[in-house]
Amino acid sequence: MKFAVIVFPGSNCDVDMFHAIKDALGEEVEYVWHSADNLDEYDGILLPGGFSYGDYLRCGAIARFSNVMAEVVKAAEAGKPVLGVCNGFQILLEAGLLPGAMRRNDGLKFICRNVELQVANNETMFTTSYEANETITVPIAHGEGNYYCDEATLAELKENKQIVFTYAGTNPNGSLEDIAGITNKQGNVLGMMPHPERAVDELLGSTDGLKIFQSIVKNWRETHVVTA
Amino acid sequence: MYKVKVYITLRESVLDPQGAAVQQSLHTLTYNEVSDVRIGKYIELTIDKTERDLDQLVKEMCEKLLANTVIEDYRYEVEEVVAQ
Amino acid sequence: MLLQLEPNPEMIKSERIYAEMGLSDSEFAMVEKILGRLPNYTETGLFSVMWSEHCSYKNSKPILKKFPITGEKVLQGPGEGAGIVDIGDNQAVVFKIESHNHPSAIEPYQGAATGVGGIIRDVFSMGARPIAMLNSLRFGELDNDRVKYLFKEVVAGIAGYGNCIGIPTVGGEVQFDPSYEGNPLVNAMCVGLINHEDIKKGQAHGVGNTVMYVGAKTGRDGIHGATFASEELSEDSDEKRPAVQVGDPFMEKLLLEACLELIQSDALVGIQDMGAAGLTSSSAEMASKAGSGIMMNLDLVPQRETGMTAYEMMLSESQERMLIVVKKGREQEIVDLFTKYDLEAVAVGEVTDDKNLTLYHQGQIVAQVPVDALAEDAPVYHKPSSEPQRFRDFQAMEPKVPAVTDYKETLLALLQQPTIASKEWVYDQYDYMVRTNTVIAPGSDAAVVRVRGTNKALAMTTDCNSRYLYLDPETGGKIAVAEAARNIICSGAEPLAITDCLNFGNPEKPEIFWQLEKAADGMSDACRTLSTPVIGGNVSLYNETNGEAVYPTPVVGMVGLVKDVKHITTQSFKNEGDFIYVVGEAKPEFGGSELQKLTEGEIFGRAPEIDLDVEQARQQQILAAIQAGLIKSAHDVAEGGLAVALSESLFGEKALGASVTVTGEAVTALFSETQSRFLISVSPENQAAFEATVKDAVQIGTVTNDATLRISSEETTLVEANVQELQTAWKGAIPCLLK
Repeated sequence: MKFAVIVFPGSNCDVDMFHAIKDALGEEVEYVWHSADNLDEYDGILLPGGFSYGDYLRCGAIARFSNVMAEVVKAAEAGKPVLGVCNGFQILLEAGLLPGAMRRNDGLKFICRNVELQVANNETMFTTSYEANETITVPIAHGEGNYYCDEATLAELKENKQIVFTYAGTNPNGSLEDIAGITNKQGNVLGMMPHPERAVDELLGSTDGLKIFQSIVKNWRETHVVTA
Repeated sequence: MYKVKVYITLRESVLDPQGAAVQQSLHTLTYNEVSDVRIGKYIELTIDKTERDLDQLVKEMCEKLLANTVIEDYRYEVEEVVAQ
Repeated sequence: MLLQLEPNPEMIKSERIYAEMGLSDSEFAMVEKILGRLPNYTETGLFSVMWSEHCSYKNSKPILKKFPITGEKVLQGPGEGAGIVDIGDNQAVVFKIESHNHPSAIEPYQGAATGVGGIIRDVFSMGARPIAMLNSLRFGELDNDRVKYLFKEVVAGIAGYGNCIGIPTVGGEVQFDPSYEGNPLVNAMCVGLINHEDIKKGQAHGVGNTVMYVGAKTGRDGIHGATFASEELSEDSDEKRPAVQVGDPFMEKLLLEACLELIQSDALVGIQDMGAAGLTSSSAEMASKAGSGIMMNLDLVPQRETGMTAYEMMLSESQERMLIVVKKGREQEIVDLFTKYDLEAVAVGEVTDDKNLTLYHQGQIVAQVPVDALAEDAPVYHKPSSEPQRFRDFQAMEPKVPAVTDYKETLLALLQQPTIASKEWVYDQYDYMVRTNTVIAPGSDAAVVRVRGTNKALAMTTDCNSRYLYLDPETGGKIAVAEAARNIICSGAEPLAITDCLNFGNPEKPEIFWQLEKAADGMSDACRTLSTPVIGGNVSLYNETNGEAVYPTPVVGMVGLVKDVKHITTQSFKNEGDFIYVVGEAKPEFGGSELQKLTEGEIFGRAPEIDLDVEQARQQQILAAIQAGLIKSAHDVAEGGLAVALSESLFGEKALGASVTVTGEAVTALFSETQSRFLISVSPENQAAFEATVKDAVQIGTVTNDATLRISSEETTLVEANVQELQTAWKGAIPCLLK
């Protein structure tokens, strides 16, 4: 399986995402510049964290107009797995690929620490390697992760089981219903504030994030039977 | 030339943690009369004379980029600037 | 067109306008002699910034000569953007620390942020990829609103810049003391990684080569920042606000990536950050080092504001700019490279052979000055020095053990002293994990960052207990270096070298200059004994408010090499049943200690003694034991003494406890700050091998599973405390003070 890590000006978790795929997962991966106009050769699209365009105006607001975003939309519509982490999640929200919006953390400070997450839905293409309701430890590092949507949207998220990760224990940023990660209705676009790519190496303290990437590969293999 | 002043605030239904913190602080300074603080953004656009409908243009810019209408409201004022 | 309102050369002399820019009468006379004529306004500005203490080290040069600066692994010592040390496999580590004290006192968020930005540019302008940031901060006591504001904003500024650019802030230290109330210290350190063949220097070689300007546009911000940094803060410092620049970490991220790509190009000749004194220092220094000259046409300099004068452009300290020299004819490649990152690269001049800095503006020569005169020929002052009476009084005092009635309450109180208390409130705001190499995050003795693709890692720390230096600058200087090395050793690394930031008061006062001399003597001794040369650093003088100097604070930034990630060790106890050892005996040494400050409300007496040979021997033995796999945890016994060290070793993830027995006088055993001591845990099967390796280790107890810290003397229980209770006090102290 071949992944693209999209690099926007100001992305800074692109290297982490790249190494998580290459070193920990052992799959093919390439950096793709924000000006690219074709993502056809990639089976999975990864939007890394960082401060695209300095997060000036609003987090992700400028990046969503990058040239490559039309291709990201196309990939999402084609049913390819699209994962946005942290700033990548914010970009997916701004682009309308996921519902809702992000506000500043309720404590008004940037927070970097390990948090416990509950796998609220282990039936998505991103989470089948987890047990139902499994508690995992994954780091967060953000100043604006306070997820918000209106009541109708929330009802829909629940109805369609789009809430995939929630904060277990203390909610670090005030997000609605402890939401840490959601998918689109089709289930192939996942946005999450915690950084699974930072939890793929025992030396650094946790490998709990690896199963997201393993789930993607497993589900992709099952639907893409290789015929010789 | 026009000067367009765009004001962006969080929608009333959305909690404004910065505003709440500032309000708290104002109360600590004994300005107890302050019953609400909302913090927003102010953006100044200088726009050249155009054939296009200015209102339409500014609205588009606000909805597409300047404000995120999921959580933010916007309003704007247009001033015509006469060159010296 | 604006009228030229600048004073003419005669007015500059007769009205002593040079003095407002920071030049003394004798310095102005020297300038006149060098030029053989009176300097114009722009030229006077060039000299005033280049001859400021910040750029020329004119007051501190005699001090800096004391430091050992060579070693077999040193590839680049002081003088370039940052020092470089070999770490094997064709790789090297690049690091430097720098102060941004005065800007942070005026505008703490931007002052701290631009301090971070500046030191990052120093590292990547050497061709290195920045991999980690550290800092060292000093504030007044957290009991007044201004200090709280400064503390919050400085931390937010460091976080704002570091997080956005995506370099992890992995460590640092914060101390609180009244002497820093009006003049906080904000020192930032950057560590980078480089391959030997990529090492670049800031030199303008090759007559006819093109000088290019890259990065952000030049505005009027920060004019005279270097001069500002070389003056005392006073009531009217607020009026100098324009000296504070605003940082743009997004621009710097683009500049960083573009420059690291540029380093790989053989079209590049030299590169230097436009830091303090902006265009002036970068151009003059690059030419001076190469023995050449530089001609620039200021009309070509990208400008953010209209109507800027030559003076303003040359002295601007707008951030996120670099000056590069590229081979003639290759300019377009460079332009294209920067365009890819949405950045401008503009040819503004060329390398000449006349050893002058020649500036054109609007078709006229507006300055022509010998580059060596600017970069090398600043006067050097040997300031008078005198030992203060205070020092003699402190030395004459007999050791006094503070009176303590309740040991547990005292321990709880010490854990809540802001200097000892958990700094989680601070480092929670720093992204310390980005780039996914941080093995030991903030909170342990030293941070450890692995070198991806190898088995190696780098340990790094910043240290300085300025209270000891206040009592005895020479001993305190030794301790600052030794403690940094202790932290590096405890994390499983071999100390390589240091960078230092000498934060002192006004050197024109003999007692301050004496502090500077003595501190440098002590540091130099320790650097020699511990084989950690000084590879670069920064001097920040005039740290005074209304005539009162800060404590002498020579911050030591040290980097060590972990040869194998298996050696990485933390301070936390690991397993029930492990034996607890202490290395080194406690003596009744409380001068400058946390306990003295807590019980007496002030510090006095003698600083703790330090025997550098004992220190060196213990460090080597402990490192050998770590490398042999004999040690589970290691922690240096520092502020607050053994009781605090034991508590900190219990604040790990597991709910462990400790039961230890101490001998001798109880207050000394629990809280003394005697130097060269370590707290170590060892699994029982390694007992014999460990004791054979670390000669001075004495077993004092065992790790338990009951989450209780129990410290007994031979007769009675001194402290019995629930670890949770201790940890809550330690963690809650700073957030509580900030409420």
